[in-house]
Amino acid sequence: MATYHIPEENYYTKDHEWAQVDENVVTVGITEFAQDQLGEVVYVELPEEGAKVTQGEVFGVIESVKAANDLYAPVSGTVIEVNASLLDDPGTINDDPMNDGWMIRIEMDTEKELANLMRAPDYKKLVVK
Amino acid sequence: MSGAKRTPLFDCHVALGAKMVEFAGWEMPIEYQGLRAEHVNTRTNVGLFDVSHMGEIRVKGPKALDTVEWLTSNSVAKLENGQAQYSLLTNFEGGIVDDLIVYCLEKAVDYLLCVNASNTDKDFAWVVKNNRGAQVSNESAQWGQIAVQGPKAIELVSRLFGTKVKSVPGFHFLPADFEGAQVLLARTGYTGEEGFEIFVPAAKAALLWNLLLDKGQDLGVGPVGLGARDTLRTEMKYPLYGHEIDDTTNPYAAGLGWVIKPASKDFIGRDKIVAGKEAGLKRKLVGLKMVDRGIARQGYPLFSFDNKEIGKVTSGTVSPSLGDNIAVGYLDNEYAELGCEVLVEIRGRKLKAAVVKTPFVQKN
Repeated sequence: MATYHIPEENYYTKDHEWAQVDENVVTVGITEFAQDQLGEVVYVELPEEGAKVTQGEVFGVIESVKAANDLYAPVSGTVIEVNASLLDDPGTINDDPMNDGWMIRIEMDTEKELANLMRAPDYKKLVVK
Repeated sequence: MSGAKRTPLFDCHVALGAKMVEFAGWEMPIEYQGLRAEHVNTRTNVGLFDVSHMGEIRVKGPKALDTVEWLTSNSVAKLENGQAQYSLLTNFEGGIVDDLIVYCLEKAVDYLLCVNASNTDKDFAWVVKNNRGAQVSNESAQWGQIAVQGPKAIELVSRLFGTKVKSVPGFHFLPADFEGAQVLLARTGYTGEEGFEIFVPAAKAALLWNLLLDKGQDLGVGPVGLGARDTLRTEMKYPLYGHEIDDTTNPYAAGLGWVIKPASKDFIGRDKIVAGKEAGLKRKLVGLKMVDRGIARQGYPLFSFDNKEIGKVTSGTVSPSLGDNIAVGYLDNEYAELGCEVLVEIRGRKLKAAVVKTPFVQKN
């Protein structure tokens, strides 16, 4: 069985996004488990800087050769940075989903929403069966 | 994946590290090392595909020919022993129950119908219901099936079965001995490459699979999952049931007029199919290449530049061979001309695509 790197300090969604919190800025990407399930990523669609996103709602799309999948925002807020390099080189998401494959940075509206997310031990239970 | 059926090659897939998914009630490998590498390896070397999930329906006896003629749209009478034929099971409304390959084991009295896994139960019930006095049996569980496809496929198969396989023409098959059992080596496939589909008794399937992998090492043989099987067939614009064709499709609209033989025989739905064609079909199946950045997927609507809905996408993917985003879909006739630009609605945005020549990938 594959083992996945699931950093303790991050938050996770049930849809397999990770959220790294630095004060009020949240960096978002997809987990190693998610990229492994998707297979080779060939296309991503991300919001523009300044866009508003809502916790649990779609902020973008990731496509493998096989299918299109929605990306869900872990918190509500304003997109302040987008990893535009992924548009030309979406394979980075497969190679390094937890670092160079980050997708957006959100200035979050309220820290309270973090309580709705999973921490590493719970997320581990979700993906390691 | 509780309740999903396993092919005789299940353990082989697990040993090869395949990612398994449920498909049409079967637990199948979607990919091993990676879809794109498997796709490219099939186009350049040789790929092995487990297609044991496909259904096999046997039609035998003095009424076998009458029955298969009645059930299918292509001319069965023309088939000699050892010949195979792409065809359609049609319904009374002039739609398609399934597409299939008919193998002539013994002229007039013994045929094997190879049908889609997702339709096997439906097809068997249909064959039983519309049987014209033949002995019909569902042999799906008895057969494993391995597709060996690619420029080096014939060389690989000849290493196991002798040089006689090199002279088997397309859409012919050769019965052969394998470890005390009879296999059928059929020069058919679903990739656009040369190769064989080998029908092998289930109990011997794993042995054959491992032998093919072993004997083909220097040819670059590798296993290929369902993911690449789909991209390979899409590059050739081969129809997939549930995408390009279904029970409401007139075969002529799908570009399958070449397997409809209304002049030479009667078959289920014949008059409806012909009437549909003569009344004029509104839409036609075409190949599209994305001009704007985006991937068209099944079900996405197609629009004209003056915002009329003019069709629908049936399959779409990135083409691993070309690097382009390609799609197949139905378009109103007036837009179905080569070079015509249309718009695909992808998640609310209308993106440009052009009608192109197919197959997308040209093979000799």
